[in-house]
Amino acid sequence: MSSKTDLQELGKDYQYGFHDSTENYTFQSGRGLTRDIVERISEMKKEPVWMREFRLASLDIFNKKPMPTWGDTKALGDIQFDNIHYYMKPTDKQGRTWDEVPEGIKKTFDRLGIPEAERKFLAGVTAQYESEVVYHSIRQDLEKLGVLFLGMDDGLKQHPDIVKKYFGTIIPPADNKFAALNSAVWSGGSFIYVPKGVNVPIPLQAYFRINSENMGQFERTLIIADEGSFVHYIEGCTAPTYSSDSLHSAVVELIALPGAKIRYTTIQNWSKNVYNLVTKRAVAHANATVEWIDGNLGSKLTMKYPAVYLVGEHARGEILSVAFSGKDQHQDAGAKIVHAASHTTSVVTSKSISKDGGRASYRGLIKVHKGAEGCKSNVRCDALILDDASRSDTYPTMEVDEENTSVDHEASVSKIGEEQLFYLQSRGLSEAEATLMIVNGFFEPFVKELPMEYAVELNRLIELEMEGSVG
Amino acid sequence: MAAPLIEIKDLHVSIEGKKILNGLTLTVNAGETHAIMGPNGSGKSTLSYAVMGHPKYKIESGQILYRGEDIAGWAPNERAVKGLFLAFQYPVAVPGVSVINFLRSILKNRRGVDLPLKEFRKELKDNMKALQMDSAFANRYLNDGFSGGEKKRLEILQMALLKPSVAFLDEMDSGLDIDALRIVSEGINRLSSPEHAVVVITHYQRLLDYVKPGFVHVLAGGRIVRSGGPDLALELEKKGYEWIASPVAGAAS
Repeated sequence: MSSKTDLQELGKDYQYGFHDSTENYTFQSGRGLTRDIVERISEMKKEPVWMREFRLASLDIFNKKPMPTWGDTKALGDIQFDNIHYYMKPTDKQGRTWDEVPEGIKKTFDRLGIPEAERKFLAGVTAQYESEVVYHSIRQDLEKLGVLFLGMDDGLKQHPDIVKKYFGTIIPPADNKFAALNSAVWSGGSFIYVPKGVNVPIPLQAYFRINSENMGQFERTLIIADEGSFVHYIEGCTAPTYSSDSLHSAVVELIALPGAKIRYTTIQNWSKNVYNLVTKRAVAHANATVEWIDGNLGSKLTMKYPAVYLVGEHARGEILSVAFSGKDQHQDAGAKIVHAASHTTSVVTSKSISKDGGRASYRGLIKVHKGAEGCKSNVRCDALILDDASRSDTYPTMEVDEENTSVDHEASVSKIGEEQLFYLQSRGLSEAEATLMIVNGFFEPFVKELPMEYAVELNRLIELEMEGSVG
Repeated sequence: MAAPLIEIKDLHVSIEGKKILNGLTLTVNAGETHAIMGPNGSGKSTLSYAVMGHPKYKIESGQILYRGEDIAGWAPNERAVKGLFLAFQYPVAVPGVSVINFLRSILKNRRGVDLPLKEFRKELKDNMKALQMDSAFANRYLNDGFSGGEKKRLEILQMALLKPSVAFLDEMDSGLDIDALRIVSEGINRLSSPEHAVVVITHYQRLLDYVKPGFVHVLAGGRIVRSGGPDLALELEKKGYEWIASPVAGAAS
């Protein structure tokens, strides 16, 4: 079949969507972003009208919004929006062969001891991963509890009312240029709803829900924890996620209703050509808790500032992040907490390491609204710089409009201490071993929050990143 | 006859261009316990750092021989693995690194084999008990938030596990109460054997009530100005350093 015939068929009859008989037809949006492409995406997904309109309105906003004038504006300026495929049918992603995967990535898989099937998935060679089976059995258990855990596309299809009620309410498209872009072309991501009072006993992992779209460029995740419920969601994995696409721009919205608790753990290790520009925001109602545990390795430029809006009394927000910035990398990460109700508390802990000329920035905002009394906030930023070529910056902002408030901010920037190194070396550790030990210790407060298997992998990964950094 | 464990010959050491040791000579044989005493600023800590190979301490001339070999080219970790040890006056904290993981790593390098976890735990437990350390101590971060006494005990615990041939102990008595001093001293004494040597560096006599040196040296102005037996320490305690450490007395000795 020629592609022309395909196109005509598709135009005639959308019921086949993109999952079935049009197997050898590739819907490739072409490079660049037009209104037509956005409409086509929505049509192919058979979305309700409101979602299509949401996308189109978002596209207008994206086109009008200027690029951010802060952050790494030079690197941002290098993004060529006209040179990006905004939508690819999932099967396209299987088009890559193992031979096309860069050697460096393969070597890292080797060193991490990642199973064959998983390697191929991570490298984008296959879009399916055998954990599908595991996922199905988990999903059955969850269904008994009334927990919904689906891909975002399926969530929209199966639970349009819940999605419509919350989608885009925490991060409206007009929030920033990249949120607008995501809103226009989003695909994949997770949809989770936890009913009142339900405690989800195991962490929900995107890993188990992997379908063809999970690792897309423009994921969209929405988690709603109803009153008094608890859920821990884990996204990403420590193995390098190879993508030939240069732009990853996700939007993640969390809603913790009164008394609920959401913990959201991310470990991302994008390949080093990727711009990772992500908007993550949560709303915590009265007595609710939201925790962002956010680990950033890899990518060329990451700009990510998980936020918690504390809108009900006694709500609590915690953001714990680490960033590792190596050669030609800039990790511009941080945290935002908005205290909009009385007696709300927050803790922000940020740790970054830069080496081989890498750059790590902390950018944070603590805002306390007038009338939000008795709030407490504690911010701690620690940066470790491993050599003279590397760099670390801290950009904290405090906007406190209420007097009856306690906000603490502590920041430290240190080089690997000569005295620490000497102490460890004097006990028989080589300089490389001693450096790695100091680095691992520096990240320990983050690592100890991770489930065991992630902690082990992350430590091995840091070890790989550290190799060759010492004479 | 076997070479001495340590032979320091006419050692001149500077730090950041400032000369600290000026021709120090010292010989330590297996089975011996030495005390090096001296006023503040006499070069006591410099001697121990130079022996361990701190990069800031530059050897201008002279030699440090270990079992007859010049160690000038050895990295600090090489010195440690081969049997030299320095208990620090001010051990540094390494946050996030647990005591137990650290001890296992250094023991592995020193012995060249990774002890099975069970055996290692037993050995650790026994040694901690001897130093009256609580087992929860092993899970704390290395020297992070430790009291002065806890730091000193951890230094001795490391020494006990590593079993160095020669241990230099820098001001082990500073900041210790009398009970802790006794426990730490007993730990030092347990290392004594015909194969090992201990060099205690101290300002005061008080540690020497527990750790009995066969040889006492007085360090002043960057060199040893007097050597003697245990009586010398007592004499110093009584008279202070003035009479011996003044340039004239030093030159006359």
